[in-house]
Amino acid sequence: MKPSFEPGGKLSAFQSVFDGFETFLFVPNTTSKTGTHIHDSIDSKRVMSMVVLALIPALLFGMYNVGYQHYLAIGTLPSVSFGEIFGFGFLAVLPKVIVSYLVGLGIEFVVAQWKHEEIQEGYLVSGMLIPLILPVECPLWIMSIAIAFAVIFAKEVFGGTGRNIFNVALITRAFLFFAYPSQMSGDGVWVKTGSVFGIGEGQLVDGFSGATPLGQLMTTSSGTAHLTGITGNALSTSDMLIGLIPGSIGETSVIAIALGAILLLATGIASWKIMASVFVGGSLTALMFNAIGTSPSMLLPWYEHMLLGGFAFGAVFMATDPVTSARTENGKYIFGLLLGFMAVVIRVLNPGYPEGMMLAILLLNLFAPLIDYVVVQKNITRRLNRAKVTNDKK
Amino acid sequence: MCSMANLIRIGKGLDIKLKGKAIETLSQVGHSDLCALTVSDFHGLTPKVIARPGDKVKAGSVLLCDKNRQEVKFVSPVSGTVVAVNRGDKRKVLDVLVKADSANEFESFAKIDLSKASGEEVKTLLLNAGMWPFIKQRPYDLIANPQEAPKAIFISTFDTAPLAADFEFVLKGQEADFQTALNALAHIAPVHLGVHENAQSSALKNASNVTIHTFAGKHPTGNVGVQIHHVSPINKGEIVWVVNPQDLIIMGRLFNKGVTDFSRIVALTGSEVVKTGYVKIQAGSLITPLFKSNVTKGKALRYISGNVLTGTQVTPESYLNFYANQLTVIPEGTEKHEMFGWIMPRLNQFSINHSYFSWLLPKKEYVLDARIKGGQRALIMSNELDKVFPFDIFPEILLKAIITNNIDQMEALGIYEVAPEDFALCEFVDTSKTEIQKIVREGLDMLFKEMN
Repeated sequence: MKPSFEPGGKLSAFQSVFDGFETFLFVPNTTSKTGTHIHDSIDSKRVMSMVVLALIPALLFGMYNVGYQHYLAIGTLPSVSFGEIFGFGFLAVLPKVIVSYLVGLGIEFVVAQWKHEEIQEGYLVSGMLIPLILPVECPLWIMSIAIAFAVIFAKEVFGGTGRNIFNVALITRAFLFFAYPSQMSGDGVWVKTGSVFGIGEGQLVDGFSGATPLGQLMTTSSGTAHLTGITGNALSTSDMLIGLIPGSIGETSVIAIALGAILLLATGIASWKIMASVFVGGSLTALMFNAIGTSPSMLLPWYEHMLLGGFAFGAVFMATDPVTSARTENGKYIFGLLLGFMAVVIRVLNPGYPEGMMLAILLLNLFAPLIDYVVVQKNITRRLNRAKVTNDKK
Repeated sequence: MCSMANLIRIGKGLDIKLKGKAIETLSQVGHSDLCALTVSDFHGLTPKVIARPGDKVKAGSVLLCDKNRQEVKFVSPVSGTVVAVNRGDKRKVLDVLVKADSANEFESFAKIDLSKASGEEVKTLLLNAGMWPFIKQRPYDLIANPQEAPKAIFISTFDTAPLAADFEFVLKGQEADFQTALNALAHIAPVHLGVHENAQSSALKNASNVTIHTFAGKHPTGNVGVQIHHVSPINKGEIVWVVNPQDLIIMGRLFNKGVTDFSRIVALTGSEVVKTGYVKIQAGSLITPLFKSNVTKGKALRYISGNVLTGTQVTPESYLNFYANQLTVIPEGTEKHEMFGWIMPRLNQFSINHSYFSWLLPKKEYVLDARIKGGQRALIMSNELDKVFPFDIFPEILLKAIITNNIDQMEALGIYEVAPEDFALCEFVDTSKTEIQKIVREGLDMLFKEMN
């Protein structure tokens, strides 16, 4: 079967697709031709699989939360079972995941075949990230346009996996945010109020407000904001930790994100330096704003900044993307600190963007090469000085 | 001369434990009928053929010389008749084959008194006796240029590569030759000896006419490049010469006896060798008898001259490499069809990554085959290569500078200090399966051409 896919064979136009499925099923058994004769068993597929695995807790919780917020909004939460809640969310979120992979991988297959290269695994992760950073009411066709834009213009034109400057999932979100703002922000997009495949019909309760906690900060005129859930009940810090609050599908539960973070850190795939620096930078900046305290945004306690919005999700899954973040070890600290700083600054000082994390990450993606350049220059200067010292001694 | 000992601990690196370590037994291989001097053993050499087919030669007679530096000579290890000068495409010389005779005649070289000799006299003797190719240089990792003066000569007396031969076993009984060579080289430039923390032999720990540095750490601590970097890093414009310790013994024989004796001890290692051990064999001999009835049957095998990280692939019909200290045989692996490798636990596989479980059993020995186990990708993961690269150099950034042929950046980042073998572990752990050693070799060659 394989020879018909080789160049010259009948199905050679589909060689990349065939290779993709073959390497999905089997570890490639080509042997080394130059250099080392043995290789570590790690490969790009394994790394990407681990990241997708780390996203599963956030995905599963996100599905449950979509169902939870829905039944809470129509007032029938006490009378539905766990299975119904999860099933509703599952049916609401699954189409997004499927369409994300179909569109993204479809484009990647075509481009890989056109370049006569293997299909690379970068989109396996982006494809899972994209649904998790979108509000549940985002229409599928808009998401597809944004994915096509991001995969082609933010990834493939640069050369594909490993060569992009900006985080592909965030470019998708940024495209959506700026091109279709009414579908991406405001009070109406974070909770699935309608039914899904005919399940979950109901009327919204009185006093329903679909605003996320960060959105509520925007509308508070002065003093400390009193953040509430969708039915008006006050939110405590533990509510923010557990995540049964409105928001993008995967970003609400810090505990689910933390489970993913533990897997990523234990396998060494994500850099603890970046994760820690982002939280430290964000906390210090939020503390500074708490001290200044002249607007409701500034008065939001610093630890709640870490728990609300996309801060934790971005810090764990997107700031740590090795391709788009700083690559030198010392650069990672600077990268993370600046990222945390910018995320909180954008959130607090600009009322138009309650979500500063996305923009902060994209901005730091742009600066990562510069940060690395500075670190590398120090190394180069050290070498030059060493040569100078030796020459002076002669 | 004084010999200071100072312990240098190398923090980064990786020891790969494989099955098939050489048992400490020494056997002799019978005289090989045919001996070859293979040009590809000497990277960068453009040879000029001196001997013709049919010429009668003695051990030590010149067969080839370096076209660009005619004082660098390559000699026959045995006495006999030149059978053939094999050429390949475009009449490129591949090797010179000598059929050994039973006469065992040696070219005689004027013995020099090492207590009074000058550096030039030592050099001339080594050049004429065909021993100069044992001396290589950093930068560029080529045979040393005898007309340039190095700032030092470095020797690493221990090899930390997987299944490497134990030099102290090889050294037994030949300590006098070893010290003689050190005395000779000390006339040319200061000699630095890298000794392992657990070294036993007093010929190493108390060697004279050298500065001794003690090292401890995982592979590649035994690489001479790592040792140079931690003692006296090479700046632009400086040259360091390096010699493999067993080659020193061969040089010492020349100074002590006045004739060339290129016979060497080679370790037979690897999971597919039935009886591992050490073998004394004449340079350039056929390696076939070493493997006859001594390797596992029934599967494709990979024969390697050298270790699994930096060695070259050979066949059982190949001739022994000029610099060989070790031969390794591992499974080729082409018959394996592992399913779903990206999610299976793969408990018999070795990986430094914690998404596998080999890190839980640090003492386990593995059978690794020659599969690459992944497709080649762009460099994705960061800080992967750095963990096994104990230099104050950014390996990934230097690699990218080499790929983009950016000479200024290569120089600025420290290319003069490295050789492809220093990147071997980087290539092993690389998730993206980049052909790192090949890239570094081509980069060094390109730089050499530009600078000379």
